[in-house]
Amino acid sequence: MANYNLRINGNEYNVDVEDDTPLLWVLRDHIGLVGTKYSCGIAQCGACMVHVNGEAAYSCTLPVSSIGSDEIITIEGLSEEGDHPVQKAWDEVDAAQCGYCQAGQIMTAAAFLRKNPNPNLEEIENAMNRNLCRCGTYHKIREAVALAAKLK
Amino acid sequence: MANLTKTNRRDFLKTAATASGGLFIGFYWSGCDSPKMKVLTNEEVLLNAHNFNSYLTISPTGEVVIYSPNPELGQNIITSFPMVVAEELDADWKKVRVFQANLDTEKYDRQLTGGSGAMPHSWERLRKAGATARHLLMAAAATKLNVDVSTLSTANGEVIHKESGKKLGYGELVADASKLTAPEEVALKDVKDFKIIGTPVKNVENNAMFTGKPLYGLDFYREGMLHAMIQRPPFGMKIKSVDDAAARAISGVVDVVSFKNNVAVVGKSTWPLMKAKKLLKIEYELDGAVESTFDHDRLFAELLNTKNAEVKRKDGDVDAAFKNAAQVITSEYQCPFLSHSPMEPQNFFAHVQGDKVELVGPTQTPDRARNDTAQLLGIPPENITVQITRLGGGFGRRLRADFVVEAAELSKMMNAPVKLTWSREDDMTGGAYRPAVRYRFQAALDESGNMIGYKLRGVGINAGNSTRENNFPSGAVENVLIESVDHKSAITTNAWRAPITNFLAYAEQSFLDEVALAAKKDPVQFRLDLLAKAKSSPVGELQYDVDRMIGVIKLAAEKSNWGKDANVMQGFSVYYSHRSYVAQVANIEMENNQPVLKKIVACTDCGIVVNPTGANHQVRGGIVDGMGHAMYGNLTFENGLPRQKNFDTYRLIRMKEVPEIDVHYVQNGIDPTGLGEPALPPTGGAVANAIFKATGRRLRSQPFIEQKEFSDIKLQIKRA
Repeated sequence: MANYNLRINGNEYNVDVEDDTPLLWVLRDHIGLVGTKYSCGIAQCGACMVHVNGEAAYSCTLPVSSIGSDEIITIEGLSEEGDHPVQKAWDEVDAAQCGYCQAGQIMTAAAFLRKNPNPNLEEIENAMNRNLCRCGTYHKIREAVALAAKLK
Repeated sequence: MANLTKTNRRDFLKTAATASGGLFIGFYWSGCDSPKMKVLTNEEVLLNAHNFNSYLTISPTGEVVIYSPNPELGQNIITSFPMVVAEELDADWKKVRVFQANLDTEKYDRQLTGGSGAMPHSWERLRKAGATARHLLMAAAATKLNVDVSTLSTANGEVIHKESGKKLGYGELVADASKLTAPEEVALKDVKDFKIIGTPVKNVENNAMFTGKPLYGLDFYREGMLHAMIQRPPFGMKIKSVDDAAARAISGVVDVVSFKNNVAVVGKSTWPLMKAKKLLKIEYELDGAVESTFDHDRLFAELLNTKNAEVKRKDGDVDAAFKNAAQVITSEYQCPFLSHSPMEPQNFFAHVQGDKVELVGPTQTPDRARNDTAQLLGIPPENITVQITRLGGGFGRRLRADFVVEAAELSKMMNAPVKLTWSREDDMTGGAYRPAVRYRFQAALDESGNMIGYKLRGVGINAGNSTRENNFPSGAVENVLIESVDHKSAITTNAWRAPITNFLAYAEQSFLDEVALAAKKDPVQFRLDLLAKAKSSPVGELQYDVDRMIGVIKLAAEKSNWGKDANVMQGFSVYYSHRSYVAQVANIEMENNQPVLKKIVACTDCGIVVNPTGANHQVRGGIVDGMGHAMYGNLTFENGLPRQKNFDTYRLIRMKEVPEIDVHYVQNGIDPTGLGEPALPPTGGAVANAIFKATGRRLRSQPFIEQKEFSDIKLQIKRA
C-alpha cells in the first residue's frame, strides 16, 4: 500500500492503495466518484473515460502510481452545474438509452472538441469510434457532438 | 371524453404518501428550467403530499409525483409511463417528478422488463390512474367553487371554471380530493385530445446520467459492505480442488469461500479481488458432457436429419405438395451463440440479517430476484425488500436472478452486506447466452411460382422451441410442416432481446428472398401475394394480423422508393414479433465497384407512439443491435469455455459501422403494442438480401464477416 495525493476535479484527495490500482477503482471504491463507469477493464469500450491534463484517457488501465501531479477531470467535474456544452447537447438531443456508456462518451467528446472545435462528421465519427454503446445510440451521439460544437 | 373503463382495485389501495417510497431520483427535477430557482427536495414535496393510487401522489404545492414500477434498462419506460399518467391527469409536465418504485407486488402487476410488454400491459391502468385523480380533483373543485362539475375543465395542473375565469391549482385541491372515494368507472380521453402522449418528452434522468450521479446497481455502496467476485466453472465441469493461498495473500482480500461449484474472493474493494481471482488455482473435473463449437456443428448436421423431431405445426399434405412441386428450394441457415453483454456487468447488493434480506440492484425481474432468494434462504418472500436501480442494459440477461442469489448466499456466508460484481470476463463466460441454432427451410413451388408447400426444421442448443410455428408464412400456405429439435447442453442459455426471432427472422426473410427469386417474383409482391392468400383463405391458426403486416410492407415500399432506382440495390424484410410489425429496406449503392451500405428504412406499426424520441431510440437501437450481431457477433466454445472473454475478441458494432436509419410509423391510433424488441428481428434479413442483390452472394450464416462468401466483399458502411 502507498499514499497518493491526487488532483481530481480541482480537489486534492489522499488515498492509500496498491500501486497498480487503476484510477477507475480509486475513483469508484475509494473516493466515491461513481460517474466513471466500469465495463471492460481493458481499454476497449470507453465507459471509464476521464481527462488527464485535458486529454481523454481510459481510467480502467491507468495505474494510480503513474498519475503524479496530473490534473484529473471526471464527469462529475466537467462542469459545476451540468451545463458544459457537451452535456447540454446530450440533453438537447436526448442521446441516452440505458445511459451507462454516456458519461464516457461525453468525456471523449469534450476532450475531442477542445482540440477540434469545428469538426466535420467524419472527424466526429473517428473520435467517437473508441467508445462502445451497446444500446446503439450512435446516431444520437454523432448528432450531439455536432450540436455541442455549435453551442460553445 | 370516451372509453369509460372500470378501475382496477389493486391500483387504488390507499397508502400513506410517505410510505409509498421508492428510489428517490432526487437530484433532478424534470421541470427545472432554471437551476437557480428554489427547488423543493423530494422529502419536502412528499411531506404533506396526498397519495391517490399506486402511481400518483400530489403535494399541496402542486408537485406531481409519479412512481414508475418497471425496471428501466434503456427502453425509457421511466419517462413514458409517467407521460401516460400525466396525460390523463392533465398535469403540468414541468411539475412532474418521477420516482422508480421498489418491488411491490401488492401495488403493481407485472413489475418486470421483458417481452416488450410493459406499455401494452399498463397502458390502460396508467391512464386510469391519471384520469381517476383528475376526476377527484374536479369533484373537489366543484364543491369548493359551488358549481356543477360539468362546467369545469382541466389543463396544465389546474381546474378551470371558464364562466367565472376562476382557476384552482391541483395543489390547492389535493387535501379535499384525496378524501373522496375513487369512482368505479372513469372516462378516458380521446386519442385526438392527447397533449403529452405523442410529443418528444426528454428522458427524466438525463441530468443524473450526464453528470455522473449514482444511478446504476454498480454505483450502490453501503458503509461497511464487503465486495465479492466469483470464479465459476467451465460448462460441464465441477471443482476438484482449490488452492487459494496466492489469492489470500493479496492485500485487501478478506476471505476466499467456496459454494456450489463457485469460488468467491471477498474483500474491501474491487481491484484486489480482480487480482486475487486470477491467482486462484482451481482444478476442475468432468460433470457431464463438455462441449466445443466443433461438437455443435456436428450435432446440427445430425439432428437436422433425426426422426425424433417435435412437430410444432402441420397443415395439409406436405409430402404430396413437395412430390407434385415444379420446383423445390432448400436452404440452411445457422447462427452462433451470443453474449448479452450489457455495458454494466452483472452485479447485486444483498444484506441478509437473520430472516430479513435487503436486495438492491439492476434486475429485469425484481419479483424473481425476491422469490429465488426466498427459496435459497428458506424464508418468506415478504421478508425481502428489492430496490430497483437503473440498469446499464439488460437485453434479457437480467431476467435471470443467478447473480442476485449469489450475492444473497455470500452475504449470509459472510454475515455482512455484500456487493457482488461480475467482471466483464465473468459476464461473457458466466453463461446464459442466445442459443446457437440451425434451420433447414424448404419451399415447394407450382408451375406459376406459387408456394404450395413450406417446411421448416429448427435445431437448437438449449433453445427450447426454435421456431415460431404460427408466425408468417404459416396461414398463407396450404401445406406446412414446422418441426423443432432441441439438444440439452451444459451451456446455459436465456432469452436474448427478441428471443428466437432475433435469428429466425433473418433466416426466414433471407429464405423467402430466395424463394421469390426462384418464383421470378418481386420480393415485396411475393410477400403481399402470400398475405392476400392469408387474408382471403387463411390456413389454420394465424398469430399475426394480416392487415397490419400488409400496412408496414406497403409503407416501407413507399418510403424506400422500392424498386424505383436501378442504382440502389435493395433488400427487403418484414417481421411480426411481440405484438408489433416492422418492415425494413436496406439500400446498397456501388461505389468504385464495391458495395456501400448507406441506409436502412424502417416502418413500424406499434400502435400509438407514446414518446417519439424513445420510440426512435428503440427502432434505431434495435436495428444497430440486429445489424451488429449479424455482422460481427460470435461466441465460440472450446471444452466448455467461451473463447471470447472481452470486447477485444468479442466484437460489438461501433459508430463507424452503422448506416443512416430512416424511421417511419403507421399512424393507426390503436393502443400501444410494444417496441423494445420488434425492430431488431428484420434487420439481418434486410441487410443480407441487399448484399445478395448487390453481389450475388447469399449469406446463410452469422456472423457475416466470418463467412467465406463474404470474405472478398469489401462492404463499406457510410452515412450521408
